[in-house]
Amino acid sequence: MNISAGDFASATDTDTLSRLRDRLGLAAEAEGLLDVAYTTIDSPVGTLLLAATPKGLVRVAYDIEDHDRVLDTLSRRISPRVLRAPRRLEVAARELGEYFGGQRQVFDLPLDLSLSTGFRQLVQRRLPEIGYGQTRTYGQVAQLVGNPRAVRAVGTACATNPLPVVVPCHRVLKADGTPGGYVGGPGAKKTLLLLEAAA
Amino acid sequence: MKQPFEQLVEQHGGTVLRVCRVIVGGHDAEDAWSETFLAAMRAYPDLPDDANAEAWLVTIAHRKAIDVLRARKRQPAPVGDIPEAPTTLGVPGAEDGDLWRAVAALPEKQRQAVAYHYVAGLAYAEIAGILGGTTDAARRAAADGVKNLRKNYPGAAAEGAPS
Repeated sequence: MNISAGDFASATDTDTLSRLRDRLGLAAEAEGLLDVAYTTIDSPVGTLLLAATPKGLVRVAYDIEDHDRVLDTLSRRISPRVLRAPRRLEVAARELGEYFGGQRQVFDLPLDLSLSTGFRQLVQRRLPEIGYGQTRTYGQVAQLVGNPRAVRAVGTACATNPLPVVVPCHRVLKADGTPGGYVGGPGAKKTLLLLEAAA
Repeated sequence: MKQPFEQLVEQHGGTVLRVCRVIVGGHDAEDAWSETFLAAMRAYPDLPDDANAEAWLVTIAHRKAIDVLRARKRQPAPVGDIPEAPTTLGVPGAEDGDLWRAVAALPEKQRQAVAYHYVAGLAYAEIAGILGGTTDAARRAAADGVKNLRKNYPGAAAEGAPS
């Protein structure tokens, strides 16, 4: 006889599973099991993945970084207990929406910088000192962190920034005034600089 | 490398829901599902990377379903509820409720063996690991379950297709 999984499926399974997954996210948070929560948001620079640990926002990722790969990395580097659970990202999503709408110049979010270490993290910690609408060269940032010869290392620190947009590596340009590389691609860097210049 | 837990929910959430339905009925299946994935998330970091994730999840679902069934025995609730929303994907010509009633009426071990083999697609060796006992015993329990279903489920009797 034919007995298959389909015989026990229901027309409302998709709705049921979506509800159960929401409930799982809340229960996991309540039980302290939600090591990494993530969600995705639409933005003028494409779909952004936002991920947070209990300590704070740990990752902002552009589409071109490949969100599946980003989630694999989070699973490996932080914890495999990774769930799509938008609740923890609500404030970050709202602040980013305000930023892209020109209504916010400074992010007020707890950050978890544990994806970067050493000199890179040092640079990333200092980047928010470059204010909205301002720019610095890689060399100036090297001076800012007290290591004026580490221009290339500053470039690497910017290129490996786990929190683009929120940690404003897009405000760091080449010495000749051209934008230089960007984790979100040159188009995204230009879009952010134009957004901030318009304010 | 261990994939993000979200992928397990995505890939196996539906199967675990159907297994829970077969074992505990539609009414309690959602609680069993929730308990299963919460327990799985707790234990996930310790799961070996090369483990069969679906067999592992079904094993947890099996234990959680037993908890649900035991809790229900202590309460005056009816055994073998049919799902609240009937499936539209059932065997043609059969009333969906009939299959559910027939499955709910199976002895527990047969119902489990049928669920784990035909719904979750596990091998009999894996099912033996879950139920205890030998691979042959698991295969027999599934075969007996199917024989009973054929007897009690008119749609299947009419089709009479080989398993």
